[in-house]
Amino acid sequence: MSNYNPAELTVIMGSRALQDGQLVFAGAGLPLLSAIHAQKMHAPSLSILFEVGGVAPRITSLPRSTNEARSVRRSVATPATIDMMLYLQRGFVDVGFLGGAQIDRHGNINSSCIGTLEKPKVRLPGSGGANDIASSANRVFIISYHEKRRFVEKVDFLTSPGFLEGGQAREKTGLLGGGVEKVITNLGILEFDKKTRSMTLTAVHPGITEDEVREKTGFELLVAEDLKTTTPPSDEELHSLRALDPEKRYLKAGDF
Amino acid sequence: MDYRKARQEIVEKNKGIRDKRTTLEEAVGMINDKDHVAVGGLQYTRTPMGVLWEIIRQKKKEITFYKPLMSFEGDWLFVSGAMGKAVTSWFSGGVTWGVSKIMRTFAERDPDTFEEWSLLGLSLRFKAGAMGIPCIPTKTMLGSDLEKIRGLERFTCPYSGEELLLIPAVNPDVAIIHSQIADKYGNAQIFGPPCLDIETAKAANRVILTTEQIVDNEHIRDAPNSTNIPFFCVDAVVELPFGCYPHECYGRYEPAYEKLGEYGQGLLKAEDKIGFVREYLDKYFYQPADFEEYLELFGVRSLLETTRRGRIWPQ
Repeated sequence: MSNYNPAELTVIMGSRALQDGQLVFAGAGLPLLSAIHAQKMHAPSLSILFEVGGVAPRITSLPRSTNEARSVRRSVATPATIDMMLYLQRGFVDVGFLGGAQIDRHGNINSSCIGTLEKPKVRLPGSGGANDIASSANRVFIISYHEKRRFVEKVDFLTSPGFLEGGQAREKTGLLGGGVEKVITNLGILEFDKKTRSMTLTAVHPGITEDEVREKTGFELLVAEDLKTTTPPSDEELHSLRALDPEKRYLKAGDF
Repeated sequence: MDYRKARQEIVEKNKGIRDKRTTLEEAVGMINDKDHVAVGGLQYTRTPMGVLWEIIRQKKKEITFYKPLMSFEGDWLFVSGAMGKAVTSWFSGGVTWGVSKIMRTFAERDPDTFEEWSLLGLSLRFKAGAMGIPCIPTKTMLGSDLEKIRGLERFTCPYSGEELLLIPAVNPDVAIIHSQIADKYGNAQIFGPPCLDIETAKAANRVILTTEQIVDNEHIRDAPNSTNIPFFCVDAVVELPFGCYPHECYGRYEPAYEKLGEYGQGLLKAEDKIGFVREYLDKYFYQPADFEEYLELFGVRSLLETTRRGRIWPQ
């Protein structure tokens, strides 16, 4: 088995979660690497969309943000930002990748502030397109480093909706998208209980224990009865991934 | 701005196809203190930097700036006093330079200085403004705290029974936009993503257009399908090569990453963040005699390097 770091492991798990034929909204950093990796490994007809206005670009140089020319080069079309975002509302976007400063047990995401908005301890950059992706993408994958301060009982501010208060709350509010399907971390994969819509550990990565995940989660973690262990990244997967980020801008060792 | 009043401004406008070329200084003279100004481009793509630079130099005060995603220019606008409020979906230096400490200083002291919307929510404000209607329904932001803090009204569709949010239109006083080419009348052709510029140009009551290159009207007529903004939306045209620098202009030049990095790293290291930005403003904004002298400060090597990396030929 090869050595790999938490970022590489998480990106490969994100890549495996994608299917051929999908349209994917992927932000700069790890999600973009997952999407490009999936194209190279098993999903040649998967296409990437960027909110700045890029459809199916050929990415030869990793962009620093999804909002610059590098993420648009050789696109088949460069629609206006509003049209890119409305593809979500119309149902074109199969998968949206998200992350955030806080994620709660129902998959709600905070990227606006720690503390209250009236008296913030830390004002964060804000939604960007995250709320729109969470509202209307057909499914959302959260990619995150797994730590207690990030996985909280309740988000300080609900920037992007997961399953809101759980149960049928999301459907009742009239939201279109399917909500969060998977949370992919460096420790394992979490999905949502069909009834309560609470985050449930369904797989751990090789060498990771259930207790370790529990320790690094800030709420009472549900664990699937048939808890699985993921297949470790293969040499081929790792080789293909490392070629995408030779400067290790995103695939650094340690947290991410 | 009042919905009916915004329409009246367009009704009364001179729509003549006439030469609108002017200087950067005069164009920015159209902007008043406390105006609502929509900024074109997105994050650091096709930012009308020259106009922002001149706004700061003319010591405009307490403007409400609308920008879909804000980057370091938000720091400069805040510290200079030009910006009283940022209306945006995202405000940060950039992914690799972390959260803007200047944004944090202002927004943590007075949360009202940073009015947050989702990107689609803000886009729809311009769309409604451009359509000449006072609001527009959407599914985005339903159930979130953004819906609550923006005080958005829900509405049940009378045809389908679907629950929707109503997004209020915005008609800014002025939109500032940068295009790759335009003619002297203001027919603008944007190469690559138009971002929200088509919507903002129609939503705003006045439009200041800077362009990399003024071309002959016949050139525009050779490819009319490439015209994103027609002349009657535009009030002033200024030819301003490298008008987005240190940001990028698609097909012409990439961002000056190393120069943005110098600022970003400098700000991270500085103990007195506001003082650091004041010094930066003094050196790059207040001291230069004109925009070319500003570009000279960064040097010809940087201009050539960003051009080599960013140019796409033919356009």
